[in-house]
Amino acid sequence: MSTQQHSGVPQPRGRMGRLSAWLDQPKVLAWLMLGPAVLYVIAFVGFPFLLAIALSMSDATIGDPSLDKFVGLANFSAVMQTDAFQLALRNSLIVTAGTLALVLVLATLASELLVHSFRGKRLFQMIFILPWALPVSLTAIVWMWFLDSTFSPVDWVLVQLNLLGPGSVWGPFNHLYFLGREWLGLASVIVTDTWRMLPLATIIVLAGRMSIPEERFEQARIDGAGVFRILFRITLPALKPMLIVAILFTGLLVIGEMSLVQLLTRGGPGHSTQVLPYWAYLKGIQGGSLAQGAAITLFLFPFLLVASVLALRAAYRSQEA
Amino acid sequence: MTVLTLRALEKHYGSIKAVDHVDLQLESGEFMAILGPSGSGKSTLMRMVAGLESPTAGDILVDGQSVVNVPPQHRNVAMVFQSFALYPHMTVRDNILFPLVSRKVPKHEHEARLNKATSMLGVEDLLDRRPNRLSGGQQQRVALARALVRDPDLFVFDEPLSALDAQIRSRARAELRELHDQTRITTLYVTHDQVEAMGLADRVAVINEGRLHQVGTPQELYNDPADLFVAGFIGNPPMNLIPINETTVAGIRPEDMLVDPEGDVSNVFIDLAVTIEHIEYLGSEWLAHGQAQSDADTHGQELHVIARLPASSHPDFVSGQKCRMVGQRKDVCLFDRASGKRQARAEVPA
Repeated sequence: MSTQQHSGVPQPRGRMGRLSAWLDQPKVLAWLMLGPAVLYVIAFVGFPFLLAIALSMSDATIGDPSLDKFVGLANFSAVMQTDAFQLALRNSLIVTAGTLALVLVLATLASELLVHSFRGKRLFQMIFILPWALPVSLTAIVWMWFLDSTFSPVDWVLVQLNLLGPGSVWGPFNHLYFLGREWLGLASVIVTDTWRMLPLATIIVLAGRMSIPEERFEQARIDGAGVFRILFRITLPALKPMLIVAILFTGLLVIGEMSLVQLLTRGGPGHSTQVLPYWAYLKGIQGGSLAQGAAITLFLFPFLLVASVLALRAAYRSQEA
Repeated sequence: MTVLTLRALEKHYGSIKAVDHVDLQLESGEFMAILGPSGSGKSTLMRMVAGLESPTAGDILVDGQSVVNVPPQHRNVAMVFQSFALYPHMTVRDNILFPLVSRKVPKHEHEARLNKATSMLGVEDLLDRRPNRLSGGQQQRVALARALVRDPDLFVFDEPLSALDAQIRSRARAELRELHDQTRITTLYVTHDQVEAMGLADRVAVINEGRLHQVGTPQELYNDPADLFVAGFIGNPPMNLIPINETTVAGIRPEDMLVDPEGDVSNVFIDLAVTIEHIEYLGSEWLAHGQAQSDADTHGQELHVIARLPASSHPDFVSGQKCRMVGQRKDVCLFDRASGKRQARAEVPA
């Protein structure tokens, strides 16, 4: 009798059997599965973040990187008073806001296009996603040629259209020197960032667009709504949570991005197209002032944190409704 | 007055004829059901009337005007979808007002129209709620109020009851009919449920594979089916269809089948020796399912027949028992076997 009962519940046999039984316990298994991720976050996110905070309140430099002196918020007030920082802050906000505005409009339009089926849609999708797959440096090189002071095809087209060149609207020169002027430089960065960020934002918005049942649009048409009323009263409210997520992703990626500016304009001329991350790099690594670099990097953090929490909450709430 | 006219209406998807040469007229104030199995083309028909699909050929007239090239936002046709398609981010009030705002109805009319529609449907207390806080029945009423608020020429319903729980469906059906009796708005009601169609509609149009089979009152459809499809579709269970010779099929309702009749039956037209398969008890009645030996060739197929017996008859059949099922001439409809069409009574050999 008792032997029969034992055979009903197989007991682990041998060393491997006992090991696998031990591993099978929920507690052990959970820690094994979570362990690598937790270690990763601690080592590569948590530690550098705390180190940056510590650096920003110290007097560390490349020559003397020890955290032996606490200076409070002195680094923050010191960098905030420089012209370069103020320009970089302004430009970071302009570039991010401009990119977001362009990306949101274009992503909404693109998702409206991609939700319908048409000939060559697969090819279109493939080409559309390409900018996201390109490395930043390649993107920058492509756009540097596009906006080159001498060889820019944009200039050439404008000259052909008689918009540029001697006796035309935009002045006597045959070139706009996109990357050599403050506002054109910023606009160039915005356009390039938009080009890069559009695929990701479109995929996010498209996911939201595809989840709207077709009947809702049909109902709206029957109720008498035209294209614009449907867009503003039906489509956009339904897309709201996804648009917020797209804003969050695009905004955080753009505001933390330094390589594009570094490659396109090097922050110049002067500091006129400088942005915060690149300025932090120049100050902290090139200039050797680790403490001030960290302070510049961390300056936006509290604002971005609050904005992100609020945005995620809004997204969650509008999805509830 | 004719509110809606469909003339030789066709809709093809590639080589498939979803709607095949449909002619139909709806009179003012009429409640018409389009009844057909799924895939019969009834939804396509309805979507063309609403303007969501454009016909391949033929014409649609509302109040005598062709609307084929008129987009849905400029047709005064209101539609209630099966899913109700309420706008989830708007309150009930904004949902109901949406057609008025979209159609640029003057603002000072809004409140009066809103009140009229909401009081008619009893949703006045829900105005500030969002659709996801409403029950299925409440959602349906709000969808109806939204359709009603703009005084449409024509109501189009797409199975509006099938999303409701079975318990409240029959009450919702009655309310729908009462609403129609109050408003007298011409209604096209698409359904696959013959209980809804027969119970609600003034007239029913039976459609299958894109073609209209019969248009008539529920009584006409039940008592005088125009062809084999209608005979085999209307009624639950539908007519027994019994081949009697090379060219003719006889149809008889289960309740007209006499089982082991006592004494003489006059004008016997169908006389079958039946082996009982099983007996179903449905509370108010019994259904006796059996296997019959037909006189005519049935191509070796077994012939399934059903007889309906009143609950009071307390049949004591057991499976395998033999009995006699008899149909009288007056209860029989005859159909042409090849075309499926009903044969005129005059042709029938007595």
